[in-house]
Amino acid sequence: MCLGIPGQLAELVPGTEGQLAVVDVAGVRRRVNIGLLEDEVLEVGDWVLIHVGFAMSKIDEAEAEVALASLHLLGQAYDEEVEALRASALGEEAAS
Amino acid sequence: MRFVDEYRDPAAARIVLEQIRRLVGDEHHTFMEVCGGHTHTIYRHGIEHVLPEAVELVHGPGCPVCVIPMGRVDDAIAVAEQPGVMFTSFGDMMRVPGGNGNLLEAKARGADVRFVYSPLDALRLAVEHPDREVVFFAVGFETTAPSTALTLLKARADGVTNFSVFSNHVTIVPPIKAILDSPDLRLDGFLGPGHVSTVVGNRPYRFVPEQYGKPVVTTGFEPLDILQGVQMLLAQRREGRCEVENQYSRIVRDEGNPRALAALAEVFELRPHFEWRGLGFIAQSALKLNSDFAAWDAELRFDVPGVRVADPKACQCGEVLKGVIKPWECKVFGTACTPQTPIGTCMVSSEGACAAYYNFGRLHREVSVSVGAGRPS
Ligand code: SF4
Repeated sequence: MCLGIPGQLAELVPGTEGQLAVVDVAGVRRRVNIGLLEDEVLEVGDWVLIHVGFAMSKIDEAEAEVALASLHLLGQAYDEEVEALRASALGEEAAS
Repeated sequence: MRFVDEYRDPAAARIVLEQIRRLVGDEHHTFMEVCGGHTHTIYRHGIEHVLPEAVELVHGPGCPVCVIPMGRVDDAIAVAEQPGVMFTSFGDMMRVPGGNGNLLEAKARGADVRFVYSPLDALRLAVEHPDREVVFFAVGFETTAPSTALTLLKARADGVTNFSVFSNHVTIVPPIKAILDSPDLRLDGFLGPGHVSTVVGNRPYRFVPEQYGKPVVTTGFEPLDILQGVQMLLAQRREGRCEVENQYSRIVRDEGNPRALAALAEVFELRPHFEWRGLGFIAQSALKLNSDFAAWDAELRFDVPGVRVADPKACQCGEVLKGVIKPWECKVFGTACTPQTPIGTCMVSSEGACAAYYNFGRLHREVSVSVGAGRPS
């Protein structure tokens, strides 16, 4: 829960007033809530740190690499978090 | 230097370690890392063993799973077992023991308890199951509380009425103050939490240098971050400075995340007091839904027993959470209490000090004990 997972913005979801984006996380595309980054300029290709389905901070690519590298070292805890993120149906029907 | 070789940037780590050695002097320095993520990194990477002996790191209360008192877990189970309820929780909370077992056991007894990744998943379950009452077990510091707040705002906007939140959100500043006021501890500074600070910023920590005369350095989660955080704390002490500094400026801004803070203010209010494991009752240290969100407040919608439950006698999580003892000094550590059969909360979450030490620290310690056997301690 406290783990922040870096993801790369693939697309802003139209019609959600900038609240949702599709983010590439460890090779998997998920919808993520970006409402907490309203004050940031977000573009496709930007990196964000995701906590429990919400992008909490915008980060640069170097920071994303650092974060990913240290997450991989967590082994199981990281796998479980990514698995949970994948299984989460965040933003499919219900996000509309 | 076996550990340093494994760091992502061993050369940089060596330079920082050299600076640390020069700054240490003759004093002993005791720094608390507030955040469970730091504890994890410290044990995972053997940081205690690359630092000079005169620098001691003690683990703080910054693992939100670890500080939930047993009575609140019992309350959660009581809500989960009410008819028609679908109870949702982060995976971390499922195995946290209450006085009356844990949520997984409640599930085995027939309660509908589901693991969710995000509060939004819980809200979606409510939309999909209009005939059920979906309750979300909200835990976490200001890192996760804004997510709960946005989910509640969405529930209200979408008119979802069969959804409610059992809030156990806690705030980071009051426990730091409680620790500073605690007579058992003598600390020389804090490694401030990284992710929480992306939300609250650095300003809330200013009272630590101003009123208590201790430095704070907000620090990231890489081994090199932690070493730099320690180096910055030592430099402040050496130079006679005492302030809040930001090692993690690549992510943390002084003002935090105003949008997240506004969402918190819109949905939550401070509880007059809240019980923390090991720290007891701390005034204004936790968040409850405010009256605008009463309709979504599980504590108002369900019978919550609210009974205080004392920790098991064998459990020393309280001392671990205050940094008074190290995990291995607890009598049941590694014997009766393991990640498979946790007695206390610190063994449950991978960010709990006992679990981090159980998983990574023991080996490092054995190495260092044999190597350091000749050193005075
Ligand atoms: S070993 Fe278990 S009971 Fe002892 S302090 Fe750690 S988690 Fe608590």
